[in-house]
Amino acid sequence: MTDFIPTIGLEVHAQLLTKTKLFCGCPTTFGKPPNDNTCPVCLGLPGALPVLNRQAVEFAIKAGLATHGRIAHKSVFARKNYFYPDLPKGYQISQYELPLILGGHVDIVTSKGHKKIGLERIHMEEDAGKSLHEHPETRATNATWVDLNRACVPLIEIVSKPDMESTEEAVIYLKTLRAILVYLEINDGNLEEGSLRCDANISVRPIHQKELGTRAELKNINSFKNIEKALTYEINRQITRIREGQKVIQETRLWNSEKNITESMRGKEEAHDYRYFPDPDLLPLIVDDEWINKIRGCLPELPAVKQTRFMNQYKLPEYDASLLIQSQSLADFFEACVRLYNEPKKISNWIMTELLRELKNRDIEIHQSKIDTKLFTKLLQIINQGTISTNAGKEVFSKMMESGEDPEKIVQDLGLAQVSDTDSLELLINEVLKNHPDEFERLKKGDGKLMGFFVGQIMKASKGKANPKLLNELIAKKLK
Amino acid sequence: MSLHAQTIHELHKKLKKKEITATEITEDVFKRIESVEDKLHSYVHLCRDHALEAAKAADKIIQTKKDFSPLTGIPMGLKDIFLTKGRPTTCASRILEGYIPPYSATSASKLFEHNIVLTGKLNMDEFAMGSSTETSVYGPTRNPWNLDYIPGGSSGGSATAVAAGECIAALGTDTGGSIRQPASHCGIVGLKPTYGRVSRYGVIAFASSLDQVGPIAKDVTDCALILQAIAGWDPKDSTSLNLPVPDYNKALNPTIKGLKIGIPEEYFVEGMDPEVTHAVKTAIETYKKLGAHCEPVSLPHTEYAVATYYIIAPAEASSNLSRYDGVRYGYRNQQSKDLIETYKKTRTEGFGNEVKRRIMLGTYVLSAGYYDAYYLKAQKVRTLIRKDFEKAFKTFDVLITPCSPTPAFKIGEKTSDPLQMYLSDIFTINVNLAGLPGMVLPCGLSSKGLPIGLQIIGPHFGEEKILQAGFAFEQATDWHTKRPPL
Repeated sequence: MTDFIPTIGLEVHAQLLTKTKLFCGCPTTFGKPPNDNTCPVCLGLPGALPVLNRQAVEFAIKAGLATHGRIAHKSVFARKNYFYPDLPKGYQISQYELPLILGGHVDIVTSKGHKKIGLERIHMEEDAGKSLHEHPETRATNATWVDLNRACVPLIEIVSKPDMESTEEAVIYLKTLRAILVYLEINDGNLEEGSLRCDANISVRPIHQKELGTRAELKNINSFKNIEKALTYEINRQITRIREGQKVIQETRLWNSEKNITESMRGKEEAHDYRYFPDPDLLPLIVDDEWINKIRGCLPELPAVKQTRFMNQYKLPEYDASLLIQSQSLADFFEACVRLYNEPKKISNWIMTELLRELKNRDIEIHQSKIDTKLFTKLLQIINQGTISTNAGKEVFSKMMESGEDPEKIVQDLGLAQVSDTDSLELLINEVLKNHPDEFERLKKGDGKLMGFFVGQIMKASKGKANPKLLNELIAKKLK
Repeated sequence: MSLHAQTIHELHKKLKKKEITATEITEDVFKRIESVEDKLHSYVHLCRDHALEAAKAADKIIQTKKDFSPLTGIPMGLKDIFLTKGRPTTCASRILEGYIPPYSATSASKLFEHNIVLTGKLNMDEFAMGSSTETSVYGPTRNPWNLDYIPGGSSGGSATAVAAGECIAALGTDTGGSIRQPASHCGIVGLKPTYGRVSRYGVIAFASSLDQVGPIAKDVTDCALILQAIAGWDPKDSTSLNLPVPDYNKALNPTIKGLKIGIPEEYFVEGMDPEVTHAVKTAIETYKKLGAHCEPVSLPHTEYAVATYYIIAPAEASSNLSRYDGVRYGYRNQQSKDLIETYKKTRTEGFGNEVKRRIMLGTYVLSAGYYDAYYLKAQKVRTLIRKDFEKAFKTFDVLITPCSPTPAFKIGEKTSDPLQMYLSDIFTINVNLAGLPGMVLPCGLSSKGLPIGLQIIGPHFGEEKILQAGFAFEQATDWHTKRPPL
């Protein structure tokens, strides 16, 4: 692997979270019965004409501004012609020669440091419908059924430059891009459900070779795990071919997630001629500076900016900040906690470890959990005051996630409060010291290793409730 | 004069005076249909029962309302390219066999709001591709002036029905002359408005950048009345223009002293029928007598019109007709074993030869490697053609030309020679390529008794100017009062 360099470019399709479709007034709501969200326009009935959805254009411009692209003052919708049952008009309305957004880049941070991934373009297009090879109700498989609910839902296609040189870079690019789109509230970031889809162009070349190798286009990758697997597989497949003296063929390949391999779908010769031409039913899309600036003024703080701010404002390490800004809701949660309890690093530690783990186990987002900022910071305060130990705190937190109860109540119910009262601790200490006179003598003579032994013994006697800080102080006194 | 032979404005006056009823007009029109339809074959679908109900409803409005639309209670037909909710719409193609649309075209809906009486759907060339109404899957329509002759096309059924009194007026569509050329061949008036003046929503698309809806009627006044009803911005058609609609009736002023008329030299070509040249030149003399200034003008790119049109129109058509795949509606071959075979057989059996010819032409000119040489080049020439007109309209108010190089030809005469057929649209195509309004009105009869049409072309959104010029000509002549001897 090390004597070959992979070159990867990604084409990401993102469904825009508009209320209605790109060229008609049908709702985009997910999960409706087949063909419920349809009208003459998205069914491709005779005589129907498309009318562009202004909100979709705004969303696309947001994506362009957030990725530092140039918004074209004039762009043109074009027809991409091909026959398929779930493509009702026999063509897809897309953008071809004159896309809405040109250029731009996405900044990524990998284990090797910072890198800029260039963007070729972002263009707007309509989605196709879905072909179902099993009937949604009867489960019959003797025909193909077409559901056009998704037909004409707005998409943006974000085409990167072939700037990625490893699977890691590609995955991080995709995650970074997803975070931007989710922050902009223009896409829900869901790869599994297909609201974010990814095709990859991959080639490999020997390390000393300048020109790029022959590329294969990889389709049908629908999760981060699959992207990692598919890219790794395809890179290795191409390297193996070259090593065996064979050539890599320019073709389109499909990722088979059951067999974990990529399979040839069609060669260069069978490539479609889409016969693109400007759609005469739509006027050129004109976007003036006033509109662009208005949209720019409404952009939220983007992940990269937020990360820098978190590092500066809360003095957090880069790693902490990068985790906290993963989603807008998590970052908001963090900041709300800091406002209630000004201990950013302590809050960050608990979010990164306990909270994220619990959320992951439950497969939910922070706003879907039973924890709120008040309860969360209260727990941290209780721990910090020494009322309970950190370990006990973890137990309390786990209970809070389940029940949403007040941490104080849980501490009481479970009898987890630490013994922080000097008198009762004193009694315990004296007891333990009395039982281990030899060890105590050696400790007094300076055998520091025995400190841990006594702390452990006293903790045991207190059933883990002794306040460790206080305990240390009290033992130290005994030694004087 | 029989009711069916009268104009909208004549009938409206009588309706207003309660001399007649909409039901009487409708009954008279259907009686006329019964007597001549077998000979002409104007209609592909008649809605007699529905029409009589609509007439009754219109009579109620006429009785109760003081001011009702001039179109109220008027029996009108629609070319079978207009979607009509709940009524068959086939575009004269097998591929839309049995298709009943769930919505109506905006232009049709507007007429329904004016309480017209829909008589039925009118024959046409399949998907409006043709100049003779011979490519209809339902068979040809015949010219009421001579049944051996074609009526023109593609809105041939609309033209013959109006000329023969099978309806009072009709809507047609015009992509390269499909309103004007049949109006010319049938001795009536046809108006193609400026591109964007009338909504295309719900009109089955042939070539989207050229298609335009317009009236076919017995005189200029009727055209103005219908245009008034259908013109205007439609939020459902992005290419319709959001401009106020003027009062077209006010344009009907016969005083044209000082009107500047350009006569394009390139429209008097070799091989033209001398009777057509003579009729148009006589019309120009009439205009001069009325006080207009008539001067020659050059539109140098005229000769490229047919070539340009037969790249752009088929290119758009090849894509527009892709939706007829047998998957969701219309005809489908049921014997196919797989998807590709379904597509192939459905489209092979569903489309006629002329439609297939244009799909192939269009597919070819858009193909990788040919796009620049054909489609892109054609678009550039289209710009030059438009600029020719823009330049001319800096000097002239309107342009006057013949509509067709010859009067109607015989049925079957050009069906085996598509190029000859294409050339019959030589004078009308440019107007579509430039997106201009154009109107045709009768200006003579050939020695064989076939009508000859005069074309008046206006600048963008200059419908008022061409209506005025046409109206003035009508006031000075009586060609528009001639009816076919049927």
